Amino acid sequence: MDPARRQFVSDTARMACGVGLLGTGLGFYARHATALPPAAIRPPGALPEKDFSSACIRCGLCVRDCPYDILHLAKPEEPMSTGTPYFVARQAPCEMCEEVPCVKACPTAALDHSLTDITKAKMGLAVLVDKETCLNYLGLRCDICYRVCPVLDKAITLEPQTNERTGKHTLFIPVVHSDHCTGCGKCEKSCPTEVASIKVMPMYMAKGQLSAHYRLGWVEKEKAGGSLVAPEAEHRYNMPEGMKYEHGKGLSADPKPEVAQPVAPAFKALKGDKL
Amino acid sequence: MSAPELKIGAEAIAEKGWLTAHKWLLLRRITQVGILLAFLVGPWFGLWIVKGNLNYSYTLDVLPLTDPYMLLQALLGGRLPETLAWIGVTIVLGFYMLVGGRVYCSWVCPINPVTDLASWLRRVLGIKGGIRLSEVTRYWVLGMTLVVALLTGTIAWEMFNPVSMLHRGLIFGLGFAWVIVLAVFLFDLFVAQRGWCGHVCPVGAFYSLVGKASVVRVVLPKREACNNCMDCYAVCPEFKIIKPALKAVDGAAPIILDATCTNCGRCIDVCSKNVFTFGTRFNVPASHQSATDPTVADRVKPS
Repeated sequence: MDPARRQFVSDTARMACGVGLLGTGLGFYARHATALPPAAIRPPGALPEKDFSSACIRCGLCVRDCPYDILHLAKPEEPMSTGTPYFVARQAPCEMCEEVPCVKACPTAALDHSLTDITKAKMGLAVLVDKETCLNYLGLRCDICYRVCPVLDKAITLEPQTNERTGKHTLFIPVVHSDHCTGCGKCEKSCPTEVASIKVMPMYMAKGQLSAHYRLGWVEKEKAGGSLVAPEAEHRYNMPEGMKYEHGKGLSADPKPEVAQPVAPAFKALKGDKL
Repeated sequence: MSAPELKIGAEAIAEKGWLTAHKWLLLRRITQVGILLAFLVGPWFGLWIVKGNLNYSYTLDVLPLTDPYMLLQALLGGRLPETLAWIGVTIVLGFYMLVGGRVYCSWVCPINPVTDLASWLRRVLGIKGGIRLSEVTRYWVLGMTLVVALLTGTIAWEMFNPVSMLHRGLIFGLGFAWVIVLAVFLFDLFVAQRGWCGHVCPVGAFYSLVGKASVVRVVLPKREACNNCMDCYAVCPEFKIIKPALKAVDGAAPIILDATCTNCGRCIDVCSKNVFTFGTRFNVPASHQSATDPTVADRVKPS
């Protein structure tokens, strides 16, 4: 091999290896940074995180056009893609402007321009993370998350439940409905406990998913307009001796026990047994 | 410390006066500060001239400007931008193809004053040596950033890019971006002369490719007047590009045609003999338009 050619090959190899090493490091670093910390919420219409980090050109136009100044651009030391927009619900939640100015300002498709109705936004999902501290769970009528919710009585409803502790009161349990919750974070911001008991989480963390083959019998029944099995099987309860069960009424003593059969003591019903 | 020698540009200052000998430098600094201020008066005083940053900006709600290098990385990640971004990138590419790609580097980029300061300190403090990087390193780095964008589906270079980090930082909040800027400064000061802008930065490499056939060029209509004071070599951020045009190497035309020229105009400033001036790649003096040397004719044509 002539010296010039040898020199060229060795220079090229050196360059390729050196720069390749840098590139590998950069690539892994970039991949790691696509995991968004749970407290950081992307603006409305943001693509899924993996797509977002390639679509967002870090210009900050959404930050500028947010009339409430809730959005920030990630600084290099923050554990997400540098220069990308986010907000922290506990500090300042999304005010859900009808005009959706942040989405309109985005020059790329990082914020999906097909989102024109802010109530269809899915920035995350509110989760009542701590039943031990939620005031409504403790029996108070706090209801703040319910009342501040911009999608009132749809995204969060209050479900009555017996207060077993007092035995005579009702708990009003806040229940979040994922088909209406936009993840704006108003509930988290307003939660009066020292650390919020209800928090907005990224969809992937907050939402479960049934297996594709699962069918809900009662839904299928309604869709079909009637029972799917004919004749509809009569439900039978295998009750302890001398007891009967009626749907809606619960367990009771059967005044007319069926033919008495000797039963081992272990199977005898105890008062207050639950099913 | 270096031996006492005539200060660079002293001859030009004596001949032309300080102001003329710093004309393009001053214009450049004014432009750099002006561009930054245009972005800053919004957040500072609520006077919204330009929104955004160098990656994408929207001026007076009419003019979109998009960084083509950013957009290319987004495209490699599989993302199509909205109409305004396309309009913005067309305007930016058109502009730099006309005035010179690396005009971005010397007239717009916020890192330029940082590395210029490092380079000036190197001269003043007589810091010599350091590692020698090849000038083509930047094209390798450019290629690497594009490959990484393609493979990872993220705009990976933005995790490190000192250019956008400093500019965005100054407008939206700096955070620890100053650490990276300081690293670049120290790299240029102690590790490699003109290391960052002249050898590594893929943004500059990208813009040099954009301006490969750009129209506005430094021309040398009076290269015969050169007295070999070497001041132009000392101030030029890409000093290797001067010699062919100045010394007619291989019959080269008196035009600096190298794509890495940043059109900063410092050579024009420091030359006491007024060898350099701004012109176009087409205004070749008559003596050089002959077809005696076809390579010359080829080289002055836009490719």
